[in-house]
Amino acid sequence: MSGETHETHGAVHRHEPPTSFIRKYIFSLDHKVIGIQYIILALTAVLVGMTMSVLMRMNLSWPGTNWPILGTLFPGGAPGGMMTPEFYLSLVTMHGTIMVFFVLTTAPQGGFGNYFLPIQIGAEDMAFPVLNMLSFWVTLVGFIVILAAIFFSGAESTIGPIGGWTGYAPLSALGQIAGPGQGMGLNLWIISIAIFCVGSLLGALNFITTLLNMRAPGMSLMRMPLTCWAWFTTAVLALLSFPVLLGGGVLLLLDRTAGTSFFIPGGLYVSGVLSGTSPNFPIHTGGSPILWQHLFWFFGHPEVYIAILPGMGATSHILSTFARKPVFGYRAMVFAIFAIGLLGFFVWGHHMFISGMSPYSAMTFSILTLSIGVPSAVKTFNWLGTLWGARIRFATPMLFAIGFVSLFVAGGITGLVLGQSSLDLPMHDTYFVTAHFHLVMGVASIFGMFAATYFWFPKMFGRMMNERMGQIHFWVTFIGVYCIFVPMHTMGIVGMPRRFAQFTEYEFLAKLHPLVVFVSIAAILTVIAQIIFYFNLIWSLFKGKKAGANPWEATTLEWITDSPPPHDNFAGVIPTVYRGSYEFAVPGAPNDYLMQTEPDPGEEGVRVTEGAGNGHNGHRH
Amino acid sequence: MATTVTGTKPLIKTSFGGGAGRRGPNGNGLPKRNGDHAASRLQSSANRYRIGMWVALASILMMFTALTSAYIVRAGSSSDWQTLAMPRVLWLSTALILISSGTLEFGRRNLKAAYLNSHKTWLMAAMAIGFAFLASQLFAWRQLAQQGIYVSSNPHSSFFYLLTATHGVHLVGGLLALLFMFLRARPAEANALAVAKRQAAVDAVTIYWHFLAILWIYLFVLLFFWHS
Repeated sequence: MSGETHETHGAVHRHEPPTSFIRKYIFSLDHKVIGIQYIILALTAVLVGMTMSVLMRMNLSWPGTNWPILGTLFPGGAPGGMMTPEFYLSLVTMHGTIMVFFVLTTAPQGGFGNYFLPIQIGAEDMAFPVLNMLSFWVTLVGFIVILAAIFFSGAESTIGPIGGWTGYAPLSALGQIAGPGQGMGLNLWIISIAIFCVGSLLGALNFITTLLNMRAPGMSLMRMPLTCWAWFTTAVLALLSFPVLLGGGVLLLLDRTAGTSFFIPGGLYVSGVLSGTSPNFPIHTGGSPILWQHLFWFFGHPEVYIAILPGMGATSHILSTFARKPVFGYRAMVFAIFAIGLLGFFVWGHHMFISGMSPYSAMTFSILTLSIGVPSAVKTFNWLGTLWGARIRFATPMLFAIGFVSLFVAGGITGLVLGQSSLDLPMHDTYFVTAHFHLVMGVASIFGMFAATYFWFPKMFGRMMNERMGQIHFWVTFIGVYCIFVPMHTMGIVGMPRRFAQFTEYEFLAKLHPLVVFVSIAAILTVIAQIIFYFNLIWSLFKGKKAGANPWEATTLEWITDSPPPHDNFAGVIPTVYRGSYEFAVPGAPNDYLMQTEPDPGEEGVRVTEGAGNGHNGHRH
Repeated sequence: MATTVTGTKPLIKTSFGGGAGRRGPNGNGLPKRNGDHAASRLQSSANRYRIGMWVALASILMMFTALTSAYIVRAGSSSDWQTLAMPRVLWLSTALILISSGTLEFGRRNLKAAYLNSHKTWLMAAMAIGFAFLASQLFAWRQLAQQGIYVSSNPHSSFFYLLTATHGVHLVGGLLALLFMFLRARPAEANALAVAKRQAAVDAVTIYWHFLAILWIYLFVLLFFWHS
């Protein structure tokens, strides 16, 4: 390797940050600021979603109780403080929508992906900074519209549209005639999701182009951190699945507002009115409600992986760093990520086993679904292999990463049950499914993000998060989520149906009531534990211990630069990469690990003996 | 100032764990060792427009795939499908969009050959013909409306209005991009990077425009020559 290469890389092209407050913090083009904006959006949205889940638990475990404060806040939805079933159903809908779109899709990808993908591949910024800024602001508009849906339904005794996060037709396609929660609020719900699709597509376009085009010299694909592979695959999934939802959403909106019949079959008799006999209910013929399910789930299943793949990437990254061992089977991990992403496009039918599909289609979807177990198992075994025999440093990020593995296994194993159509038929509309997807898609993804937050906070803000608070947060949350979701599996096996506002009318479920109360108490305690997390974030921002450039002794590129990184990430120097991402426990290395920018002695003997890091390989002194 | 720990002792094992063996720097696959680093940086900086456009096309294609599958399912799943009589003006639309695709291709090649004036002329022509295409589509809508065929009249008309409108929205985006290119086209760009970026941007818009032409032909065939 020649010396000139280094000379040219050493040339400093500093990009000065913008000076005005608005360009620096509000309409910023800096991927780091945009990443933090996404994270703040997710931290806000999750509060709304969490509050809704607490309200639902309150209604399930103490039905018929008067909550005076609810009566004051929602005179329509909780007259005299007692929740109506419609109010509960709109909570189900909004909780699901806000959590899936504005938390599980924004924080892992838009937030951490935006902040760290360019730094980890050694780029100054995203490929299209303006599109990046637009993607955040479009997403924010989507969030404002979904909040507007709450208020537009205020007069209707609900606090939002009713339809579940899946918005199944024909209910969602009929309009006001179909009952409470089917009016303007549902239109806004569709529009919000359509806007969200556009924002996500802009983001995905940017991620893919950045990764393909802007890697630093030496950063071959197989040297990238697994986080980058995960974000890249997630972006590909988003790029190919969100347009389908967008198309479906447009069709649904046309059915609701323009009188078309894409999803509405003929001869419907709704709220005492026959289709075509009233100006409120125009004539509809021949639409296919199942078509909506196909379009929705063709997006919906990849969406599950959009939520969890970044968590998998972060987990692999953190496990390796804190186990002080290379990731076990790096290549296998890369192929497993890709296999999961690819298979994710061919299994949407397993959400529709009870739609009356042909048993042969069901069997095909079943086999494809179960085959996802293979790459998932590869990942799990490789995580365990990474931990095997390691001298683990049990810092908070590591605890959450191990928690992720635990939750992924616990939640994924029931996927093998539900993936078989014959077992899914009786289980599908019970709490078993609720427990399954909350564990594996909801909580596991969130654990991945907790791990990422504790891990990268020092890099993002230059201060460590408080370790004691982090440990308490981890243990309460970890035990809490198992107390919530393990009993739900039991309820599901007994046959407790999903989406019901209360169970007082069902004798066979009466015995389960203590368990329902237990789950609610566990849920409320777990939510309270999140206050520790929020407090820790704010406290550490000002009072946390100062972090150096590389507090975790990690090897990837984000750790060679300042904490927080300068405006152009590497202060005008383009780093040169000489090795893979996880070179821990290297025999003969002075610090048991090698940074990616460290040259090999064989190829770079002169450099090393001269004293590595004199500016040529991207280090600053 | 932040620094990192870098070893100064000789290392026994140099490649370990998750790497791809002992490979030299290759970055994004562009030549990096010939000392012509600035040129390769420039090329990769300009390339992102082309890459970004292909990625965007994948996404747009996916949406039309979804709408196509809806079209096929809807046409096959019920008996209320009535095929529209094709508005003749759509042949004109088809001719127009093909011609504008050709004109834009001339414009792109002229820019490559650094003939700025003819580049701008061809760009202007492509825009004008693009507008004519939109007008022709609107005329088709008017014709149908005069026959009393609206978006909710029957499933085929729903899809006709939806698909032409969606295509039209994308075309308006292309027209805005062309307008932007036209306004930004000025002689004697000072540095090589700006020239390369301009060429890449025009390439990207041209790819997009060709895509819209092919997409229109596809939609035309799907709507009026495909039978369930």
